[in-house]
Amino acid sequence: MTISVAMTVNGKAVSGKVEARTLLVQFLREHLGMTGTHVGCDTSQCGACVVDVDGKSVKSCTMLAVQAEGAKVITIEGLAESADKLHPMQEAFRENHALQCGFCTPGMVMSAIDMVKRHNYQLDEATVRRELEGNLCRCTGYHNIVKAILAAAPAMKSAGV
Amino acid sequence: MTAETGIGARVKRKEDQRFLTGTGRYVDDLPLARATYAYFLRSPHAHAKIKSIDVSAAKSMPGVVEIFTGKDIADAKVGGLICGWVVKDKHGEPHKAPPHPVMALDTVRYVGDTVAMVVAGSHDEAKDAAEAIHVDYDVKPANVDLARAFDKGVPEVHAAEAPGNLIYDWEIGVKADVEAAFAKAAHVTRMDIVNNRLIPNAMEPRAAAAEYDKGTGNYTLWSTSQNPHVLRLILSAFVLGIPEHKLRVIAPDVGGGFGSKIFCYNEETMVCWAASRVGRPIKWTAERAESFMTDAHGRDHVTHAELALDKDHKFLALKVETIANMGAYLSTFSTAVPTYLYATLLAGQYTTPVIYANVKAALTHTAPVDAYRGAGRPEATFVIESIVSKAAAELKVDPAELRRKNFIPSDAFPYQTPVALQYDSGNYPPIIDEAIKIADYKGFESRRAEAKSRGKLRGIGFSSYIEACGLGPSRVIGQLGGGVGQWESAQIKFNPTGNVQVLTGAHSHGQSHETTFAQLVSDKLGIPIETVEVIHGDTATTPFGMGSYGSRSLAVGGSAIMKAADKIIAKGKKIAAHLMEASVADVVFENGNFKVAGTDKTVPLGAAVFAAYVPHNYPLEELEPGMDENAFYDPSNFVYPAGTQICEVEIDPDTGVVEVVNHTAVDDFGNIINPMIVEGQVHGGIVQGVGQALLENAVYDKETGQLLSGSYMDYTMPRADDVPSFKLGNTVTPCPHNPLGVKGCGEAGAIAAPAAVMNAVHDALAPLGVTHVPMPATPLTVWQLIQSAPRAAAG
Repeated sequence: MTISVAMTVNGKAVSGKVEARTLLVQFLREHLGMTGTHVGCDTSQCGACVVDVDGKSVKSCTMLAVQAEGAKVITIEGLAESADKLHPMQEAFRENHALQCGFCTPGMVMSAIDMVKRHNYQLDEATVRRELEGNLCRCTGYHNIVKAILAAAPAMKSAGV
Repeated sequence: MTAETGIGARVKRKEDQRFLTGTGRYVDDLPLARATYAYFLRSPHAHAKIKSIDVSAAKSMPGVVEIFTGKDIADAKVGGLICGWVVKDKHGEPHKAPPHPVMALDTVRYVGDTVAMVVAGSHDEAKDAAEAIHVDYDVKPANVDLARAFDKGVPEVHAAEAPGNLIYDWEIGVKADVEAAFAKAAHVTRMDIVNNRLIPNAMEPRAAAAEYDKGTGNYTLWSTSQNPHVLRLILSAFVLGIPEHKLRVIAPDVGGGFGSKIFCYNEETMVCWAASRVGRPIKWTAERAESFMTDAHGRDHVTHAELALDKDHKFLALKVETIANMGAYLSTFSTAVPTYLYATLLAGQYTTPVIYANVKAALTHTAPVDAYRGAGRPEATFVIESIVSKAAAELKVDPAELRRKNFIPSDAFPYQTPVALQYDSGNYPPIIDEAIKIADYKGFESRRAEAKSRGKLRGIGFSSYIEACGLGPSRVIGQLGGGVGQWESAQIKFNPTGNVQVLTGAHSHGQSHETTFAQLVSDKLGIPIETVEVIHGDTATTPFGMGSYGSRSLAVGGSAIMKAADKIIAKGKKIAAHLMEASVADVVFENGNFKVAGTDKTVPLGAAVFAAYVPHNYPLEELEPGMDENAFYDPSNFVYPAGTQICEVEIDPDTGVVEVVNHTAVDDFGNIINPMIVEGQVHGGIVQGVGQALLENAVYDKETGQLLSGSYMDYTMPRADDVPSFKLGNTVTPCPHNPLGVKGCGEAGAIAAPAAVMNAVHDALAPLGVTHVPMPATPLTVWQLIQSAPRAAAG
């Protein structure tokens, strides 16, 4: 049995027919072809699938697609204003070499943006490290991710995002 | 242009744009029309006979397209997976080579062994159907305790082909010489070491997708591979029999490998094989639980080591006995890891004149074990650097001084070790000096005292590693039993409009080749880096290459690129000489321009390229048109990066929690092309090493062989708050035998870190009388040791 679901993803109205068990991340990847959001585990711990749902940071492998009915979803594909103008967090990741294989990166960037906002653009290293508890990276050793987030916080504030 | 983007510049990565905007293309991201999805039914038992498999109910489940079992594979005469490195035992006999079927036929040998493959319209349908397959198992006792794998009565994994679970009993060095040296020793330090078993955990799970074109008979396999050409070679020559030219293997963006994606696995083999039978594309992506169960694991040694010293504390001899776990089947390069990548490194940075190592490889009812970041060299470094620090503690001498006293002198290179390798270059004292300075070693005792006032136990640990990487001279690899060459290929292909495609046989899965290799070409040819595109990972477009592992891409693949660039320049000179009506001998190449010395005549490289493609004014009688050169580079030796790490920990005696408070790494990687990228490699490596020392452990239940650490809830991955920011430094001793003077940097962090961390833990607990802490030094382990320590923590 399939269920109709409709939501807004990156500002665009989308809809589809899903199984009741279809996860939000499956809907994004398999139904919409938006493969920027990744799946790195099956226990909701790696954080590669983090997206923003109605202003809240969500692991999209932990939410059913039908639960996002009517929601506004933002994914990694929806962050940059244009190819030339990245979100300050994306820019900070590039400037600080905060990614290597790129697989954890979408979730890492989404979590980082949420973290900066929740802390009102004011972060220190210990807070960033603690807050990254839900995002695993095997390549970078976190060193440059932490640097990038600390650099992005003031940049986001001055950019008003 | 070269100052900002050339060799030595911190150029921002070309690959970042797509990864940051969600437009990377990993295997699971591929849109394949009419795709089906595979799910593998796996053994829930470590050891069992398969009495019967009933797929009838599963076949009628919704969406099911086909179900294959071991019998189908056997009937189709699909070959088994191979081990590509023949290690000869101490009697000169090749290692035991039990069969490795791609699907179990009548016996399963580890939890996760492949039993059936379901192909269905969706992943969920395939998984649902797999649950409806009924397998009748006759469960047998399992052998999962490595230290007891050779004991009498222990269940045999492959009784017929490898009796007593012994794959080989191998040795290196002269035992009698070592015994004689021990007889003269003033002091002997002894250690029992367990090098814990690790699960690589690249963040992208392994995946494969395959498509068969009925019209041409061509197969395309997309795989999360670190070496697509080698994968194709193995599948073609040994397993599936598809001719190499009819099989295209593509490794697109790959989300980390760390060794685990070098090997040829069951699932990609099955997906490729089944694609023609199903007649539709097949996709498979491992769930993380499958990655834990079936990715080749790493390390897993049980070792006894003894170090003999004279009265002046000079090392006289080292003796090492190791049992290495192979798991239930021999993975692609498993046999080489605990021999030629391990025991040959046991000299470390020291002049130890005689060394003997005996390695016995054991079969157990566990997942196959193979190369994982560092592959053998972290194990060797852990043995050496642990025992050296233990000797320093026993002799009550400074661990840095004991190391310095035994370093190979800077003027002794090239240096022949007693365990086969000849180190090409090195200069170790400045490395440890720099590390000591950065880590403020002198200030440590006051930091220890301050920590004590807060009730914390603080310790410091050294680890001075050497590694042999940049695999490798093909002739040497062949002499040691390796089944492949270890050169690398490159092609530099100019387009008529002047931009460049650089094709490499290496593969990037996080290492940043698209940037580093572009820097090389831009610098060498004096062209803007924006005009250089690096292409890798597709057997149809790139020249045959060996792929990336063993920190080889720059030292070997980068050298091939330089050779190809030399050919471009040589050809360009001939074209330019013609255009300038000058003699080739008078033409020089500078910053992207051909010039005639002493004149103002200039031909930009772009103009020579254009002339080569539009050869209207061109020496066609002597020179072929086009500007497209390739090169193969086979190194004359390994490269030998070296370094020292210093770790400082604080232990809370009430909880047993070990906190890494400072970690310094100073490395000599020879010349550095992009310091930003190199530092990133070191950071990541260190954290994998810290993970091994403090957090990570693959645990099988000793009775049932169940994998107890089979998810991120049970296997502790290092998280951001488990580590500090790192302090890095470097020294430069260029490699004397490759054109770039570079050494490998990919594995160094992981090689050195475990011993640095554990030496710090031992140092912190020494005042309590604790003499041995096993890895991983988890809070429970450390707390229990503190509770049972001879002396109390509170002072």
